[in-house]
Amino acid sequence: MNQIWNIARKELSDGLRNRWLLAISLVFALLAVGIAWFGAAASGQVGFTSIPATIASLASLATFLMPLIALMLAYDAIVGEEEGGTLMLLLTYPLGRGQILLGKFFGHGLILALATLIGFGCAAVAIGVLVEDVELSLLMWAFGRFMISSTLLGWVFLALAYVLSSLAREKSTAAGLALGVWFVFVLVFDLALLAVLVISEGKFNPDLLPWLLLFNPTDIYRLINLSGFEVGSSAVGVLTLGDDLPISGWLLWACLVVWVGVSLLLAYWLFRRRVV
Amino acid sequence: MNAVEIQNLTQRYGTMTVLEDLSLTLDEGEVLGLFGHNGAGKTTTMKLVLGLLNATEGRVRVLGREPNDPQVRRTLGYLPENVTFYAQLSGRETLRHFARLKGAHTSQTDHLLEQVGLGHAADRKVRTYSKGMRQRLGLAQALLGEPRLLLLDEPTVGLDPVATEDLYSLIDGLRQQGCSVILCSHVLPGVERHIDRGAILAGGRLQAVGTLTSLRQEAALPERIRVSGVVDRESWLQRWNAAGHIATPLGNDGIEVVARGDQKLDLLRELLAGETLTDIEIHQPSLTDLYRHYMDQASEVTA
Repeated sequence: MNQIWNIARKELSDGLRNRWLLAISLVFALLAVGIAWFGAAASGQVGFTSIPATIASLASLATFLMPLIALMLAYDAIVGEEEGGTLMLLLTYPLGRGQILLGKFFGHGLILALATLIGFGCAAVAIGVLVEDVELSLLMWAFGRFMISSTLLGWVFLALAYVLSSLAREKSTAAGLALGVWFVFVLVFDLALLAVLVISEGKFNPDLLPWLLLFNPTDIYRLINLSGFEVGSSAVGVLTLGDDLPISGWLLWACLVVWVGVSLLLAYWLFRRRVV
Repeated sequence: MNAVEIQNLTQRYGTMTVLEDLSLTLDEGEVLGLFGHNGAGKTTTMKLVLGLLNATEGRVRVLGREPNDPQVRRTLGYLPENVTFYAQLSGRETLRHFARLKGAHTSQTDHLLEQVGLGHAADRKVRTYSKGMRQRLGLAQALLGEPRLLLLDEPTVGLDPVATEDLYSLIDGLRQQGCSVILCSHVLPGVERHIDRGAILAGGRLQAVGTLTSLRQEAALPERIRVSGVVDRESWLQRWNAAGHIATPLGNDGIEVVARGDQKLDLLRELLAGETLTDIEIHQPSLTDLYRHYMDQASEVTA
């Protein structure tokens, strides 16, 4: 445990030193405030509209951004240490490969969690203070859920980044793979799902289709954040499938956690097989 | 207890055999020099001792335990070839990070930085370090936690002559405290005084191992006698070359003669009886000569 913290601590101080934490927090805060006030500009309104609309816009934005940031933060975790020559040295220390991986995960995970808390937290506070007659309990609940699920989404992609980093022989390969993973989960997956829906012309077992959403962590994340508001479901595209999903909100959370766990295990398995 | 015990070690990558049937032991407080060309199997041997690789065949024990035992790793120091560190950290931060990972006292770091001559640059970023400075930081890192076994892979690369001498005297001091050292090196001159035994690897096989004296005996390389102040040089040269010795003139009044086996004393006696010499030098085969001898032998076997 101590060793895991020693590794995590270095990642954390690196994150502070190279201003990653500051940059991510700032981006999150600016986007959140911007969306809260100008999100409805397309419909001719300026100013805060409603909590569900704000969260929906923020969630669709975070779906793109969070995986990208997590992958960028962690894609070189293993392969970068190897190229830098420090991995071999680390492995001669009283330190298991699992401890190295978990230490990195805790360090990076903490950076993402802090950035989410600071960035989106500031936005939530701004809305709470500046907007009159906003329902504070709903605001806290919605933003709390949004921030925790965003962090979890980030952690899924951190773990996926370690998988790539344990797999790749070169840093540039890992970067390329990371971009590919982002592309697949954020863009291609939903399009492919839609294509299946259209091409199969209903012959595809309709009971099975909604479950496919669980194979994409970004879809799980969006389902979590879009559900729970009574006023006007804002689900669009493939996410309407989620309405047919016979599982409760808690199971969606559990699915995200499973995504983190399975990806980490896969990364550990690959890292252990890696010859240094 | 032996610091390192290697028994019938064979290592293969696919069909390529990098180490074949290597057996080697290292006593406590002993300094072993491991010599060989690139690809001879030195680094592989190191990695097996470090537990970074699992042996295809054979057994490695380090300080009486498995190489990857955490207890072993706490008492082991390793300086990799061309060591590099996190560029964004300072020397002091780097050393503290590694001290925490090794479970060593962080108070040790300042002393170690002074010891390797990095005290003045401790708070500079490693990015700005020269190769020699990185090498010293690597050495300080290897010395964390008072190791009982040190593995040094090309420790003198990038060091200036003074720093090299400092390094060797550091090794001498550690040896006196009972620390065992394996020293891999290409740079042979200068290292011979600081090692107890030498092991020569070529093509994944151990060609020779022993003290310098025993290696010299085994190799039976000729010694060279150089004398000056010879009055009647021509007749000595004629007589010796006729007798089958290899004698050549040297300078104004000197001779160099090659002495094989036990001829040395006879040749000297002969000279001292017939001449009033001004100087005598006896050149024993150096580590470089021995190395070349065993390398030639190895390539003859494979050819």
